Parts: sequence; structure tokens; C-alpha cells
Amino acid sequence: MTAATEKGIGKIIFSSSLGTLIEWYDFYIFGMLAKTISVQFFPEGNSTAALLSTLAIFAAGFLVRPFGALVFGRLGDMIGRKYTFLLTLVLMGGSTFFIGLVPGYKSIGMAAPLLVLLLRLIQGLALGGEYGGAATYVAEHSPAHRRGYFTAWIQTTATLGLFVALGIILLVKTNMSDAAFTAEWGGWRYPFWISILLVGVSIYIRLKMSESPLYAALKKEGKTSTNPLKESFGHKANFKMVLLALFGAVMGQGVIWYTGQFYAQSFLENAVKIEFMQNREILLWAIGLATPFFLFFGWLSDKVGRKWIMLTGMLLGVIFYRPVFSTFLKDANAKEWAQQKDKLSEVLSKRPTLKSDTSFSIEKGLMIINHKDADWEFNGNKFNEKKNDTLVPAEAVTFHAPLNASNDSTQFFLKEIPDSKPSYSNIQLNNSLKWKFIFLVWIMIIFVTMAYGPIAAFLVELFPTKIRYTSMSLPYHIGNGVFGGLVPFIATLLATTFTTDPLVGLWYPIGVAALCFIIGALYLTNKTDKDVND
Amino acid sequence: MNTVKKIMGLVWMILAPVIIYFLVKSAVHNISSGGTKDINQPIPWIIIITIFTPIAVGLMIFGYYGFKGEYDKLPESSEEI
Repeated sequence: MTAATEKGIGKIIFSSSLGTLIEWYDFYIFGMLAKTISVQFFPEGNSTAALLSTLAIFAAGFLVRPFGALVFGRLGDMIGRKYTFLLTLVLMGGSTFFIGLVPGYKSIGMAAPLLVLLLRLIQGLALGGEYGGAATYVAEHSPAHRRGYFTAWIQTTATLGLFVALGIILLVKTNMSDAAFTAEWGGWRYPFWISILLVGVSIYIRLKMSESPLYAALKKEGKTSTNPLKESFGHKANFKMVLLALFGAVMGQGVIWYTGQFYAQSFLENAVKIEFMQNREILLWAIGLATPFFLFFGWLSDKVGRKWIMLTGMLLGVIFYRPVFSTFLKDANAKEWAQQKDKLSEVLSKRPTLKSDTSFSIEKGLMIINHKDADWEFNGNKFNEKKNDTLVPAEAVTFHAPLNASNDSTQFFLKEIPDSKPSYSNIQLNNSLKWKFIFLVWIMIIFVTMAYGPIAAFLVELFPTKIRYTSMSLPYHIGNGVFGGLVPFIATLLATTFTTDPLVGLWYPIGVAALCFIIGALYLTNKTDKDVND
Repeated sequence: MNTVKKIMGLVWMILAPVIIYFLVKSAVHNISSGGTKDINQPIPWIIIITIFTPIAVGLMIFGYYGFKGEYDKLPESSEEI
């Protein structure tokens, strides 16, 4: 690398990373606003809309991303990296902006979910093409001894995109009422509109970039591939490396990434019942504090090799996921707190507030009891206890008149009322417990940084320049999109099948990461390819 | 080590159809018209089985290559690819 290009590498990394970060931001806001979006575009009770909603969630993540990797990977190897990842950026930014402009189901009926589905599919397609281009572009500008470190900047974007998406949504949400946020043209649309500004800036920067020097040289010599798909997957010598990249590295990295950053968040919200805003705060801190480690492990991989850093991240996930998630459940156990409050009433700093009085009515032999809904505080941890309405069959007793049967009367008598099972939600942890949770999520994101930080350099070094974009994009998006993206679905499947273990869903990421660790340890080499010019 | 790679190649070859079998079995077991969760809907299963089948075939091919000793020595430069 010449002094001039060495000097310009910062600019190259910035322009590539910014665009990729924005693409991740665009992809995430749809998922994060899924509840509001489904109310606006996919109303309940309409089976066609529900079908389109399912397609929007599943097809965009699983089917279209790998397909986008093939389409844009091929383009990137045929016409160049620069214009291809410029195109993906335009498609992603444009479709995100237009999602924010689609009128709701109430205004245009079925056209609304159809348009949103179409735009979501374009998002998935564009995302499939972006990463490979950005990683390849930066790697092909990097000197061999710093390739891991420089490409690790691209690796931060998936996490920072999540960070920015969370931040912007929280910012918008905290500055308006819930009603204003969820209205048809309400605040939930702002994050979509903001995207066009971000994309505009990024396109301007990317337009000023020049083509990758390795690809430009190849093109000048007329050695670019005429059929990258055939050369990537039709030639055994390259195809076996694609398979090795998928099963020995990216598959495990995908589940580690998804579990640390997404499953942890949904587990804290849905299983542990942490309050919405505090849950996001925990994730924001953990991500913010862990992000520099992408760069650290990228840098380290230049010194000690990529393989064992990635595999150690997977192994640590395999070992520590169950203890970490189990600690979440144990430490934020509102049920246990509720039991203790009776015995240790002196530790309560505030008495419970009844939100509704107990009342009952008798109709047709059923007794309906409205139970209490109270907010509690215990050791600085706040939580809500709710006892749901209970239907209790009353006992019908007929009183016989001694002389005239027509004077018989029936009265309903209360049976013994069983205690309804209380449910706990909106847990707000005290400060020390909150920081403990931040630390535990941070630990899991550190595993992510280990598995994910060096992987761009690893993939780039595995494939030749002329088919690099295609060859690395497909395994990456199968690993992340399919194996990673399936974590919540398979976790739900396992939890529904094996109901006694609340952590049973973790066996999927643990199993995939363990399998990938074995394959990687056996078949991968720790050697760093110094020469990616070929 | 190369012997272990070959033996494990057989394991990957067997694992692939087992995974597909369990996916199809789970789909049949969980799809239900009365269910409200994603796992009760046919579309996610169709998408997942559609995309997992070629991946499982890939795992079989990977196992086959491993068994045949294709990974005994990895290429050191792109010219070998």
C-alpha cells in the first residue's frame, strides 16, 4: 500500500462503514417498531393481512437476504464494488423512506400491507448485497498486517446500527405521548423519514470514493469473472471453501450475534418482564461499552490469527449462556420479592396502590372477580403485581317450598374462591442490579465481538478477488440471516414443546455454536492470508 | 487429525437428513388452525424448510468432502482455488 492510500484509509473506512451502519439502522427500525407497524398495516382479524405480516417478517430476513447476496454479489464481481454497494444503499434508503410514507390500512385498505411487504422485501434484498461489498472494499484497500483491524470497523456497524435505531426511537418516543407516537401519521414514522437524510449524506460520500484498487487492476487486465455464480458455487475447489466458511465460522457467529444482541433483549422483556425503557437502557449501555472490542479483536486477529478468536467467542457462548440467562431470571424474580414483602414489610419504602377495587357480580351462575393491580417497591426494585379476573362457578342450591313446588327457589352460593395466580411485570431494577444486568449483557456482546470482529477479514482472505463479493456474501447472510434470525422462532418452538425449562430456547444457539466450534476447530486453519491480491 | 476429519465427515452426512426430518416432524406437529403463534402458521415453516433443505444438502456435501479428504490440506493461495 502506498503512503497516499494509507493516508486515505480512514476516509475509506468511514464512508464504507457509514453506509453499512445506515443500512442496518434501516433494517432494524422495522423490527423494533413491529408492534406499531402491525397495528397500522396488518390489522388483527384480517387473515390476508396476517399472512402478509408473517411474510414481511420471515421472507425478508431468511429468503431475500441470501438471494440479495447472490444478486448483488454477482453484480459486485462483474461491474465493481463501488457502484454495487452504492446501489444497495439507494435501494435500502429509498424503501425505508417509502415505508414511512405508506398510508395506513384504514386509509387505503389491502394496498397498505402489500406495499409495506414489497418495500420490506427490497430492504432484505439490499441488506444482502451491502455487507459483502463494504467488507470487500475495505479489505482490498487495507495492508495485510492491519486487515483485521480495518475491516473490524465494518463489523461495528451492525451493532452501532442497532444502537442508533434504539436511540432515535427512544428520543422520538420520549418527546411525545403514546397516542401521538402510534397515530396513523404519528411519531413512529419519523425514524423512517430520518433515514433519507442519513442515506443522502452517505450516497454523497460514497460517490466520491474510487473503485477498489485490486478490483480495478483485475478489470484493467480483463481478468474479472464473467459468471461469478458458476465460479463460486459450480467449481468444487471454491464451493468447498464456501461450505467451510458457512459451517465452520459464520453459522456459529450468526447465533452468537443474534443471541447476545436480540434474544437477550427479548428475553429480558418477555420472560424476565423488565420495563420497556429500562430494558432498552440496559442494551444501550452494554452495546456502547462493548463496541470498541470489535476493533480490539479485529486488531488482535492481525497478531494471533482469526480462527481461535472467533471460535473462543462461540465456545464462551456455549458455556455461559445458560448461567447468564438463569441469573437474569433468578435476580429479577418479582414473585419471590412479592412473597418476601409479606414477611419483611419494613423494607417497603412505599405502600401498594390499589388501581381498582375488588368487586364481584353474579350472572348465570358465574362469579366474576376483579382483582387487584398494584405497584410495589422492594429493595429499590419496582414492579407491578396483577391478579387477573377470575371466573368462579357459583353453586346453585334449590330451596323446596314445603307445600307448593311452584314456590321453589334457586339461589347461587359462592364456592370457595381460589387465589388467582398473580402475574408480575414492568420490573424496574434498582441501580446495582441494573448495572449487574448491563454487565451480563455486555459479557454476551463481548462474545459477539470475538466471533464477529475478525470475520470480515477471515472471509475476504478465503476467496479470490474475482469472485470474492459473491463467495463471501452468501455464507455470511445464511449464517446471520437464517441461523441467527431463526433464534427467536426456534426458541419459541422449544419453549412450547418443553414447557418445564424456561431456558430451553437457548439450546438452539448453544447447539449451533457448539457444532460450528467443532467444525471450525477441526477444519479451519489459523493462518492469515497475507496476499489477497490474487 | 485427518482421520478424525474423515470420520466426522460421516457424522455431518448423517446429521443433515436428521435435521430435515425433525424440522418436517415439528412442522406437522405444530401447525394448527387454532394457534396464534408463528410456529402454528404454515408459512414460516414452508419458508424455513425451503431454505433449510439446501443448507442441509450443503452440510451433506461438506461431510462428503470431509470424508473424501478434501479438507486435509486447505489451499494457501487463490491459484489453488
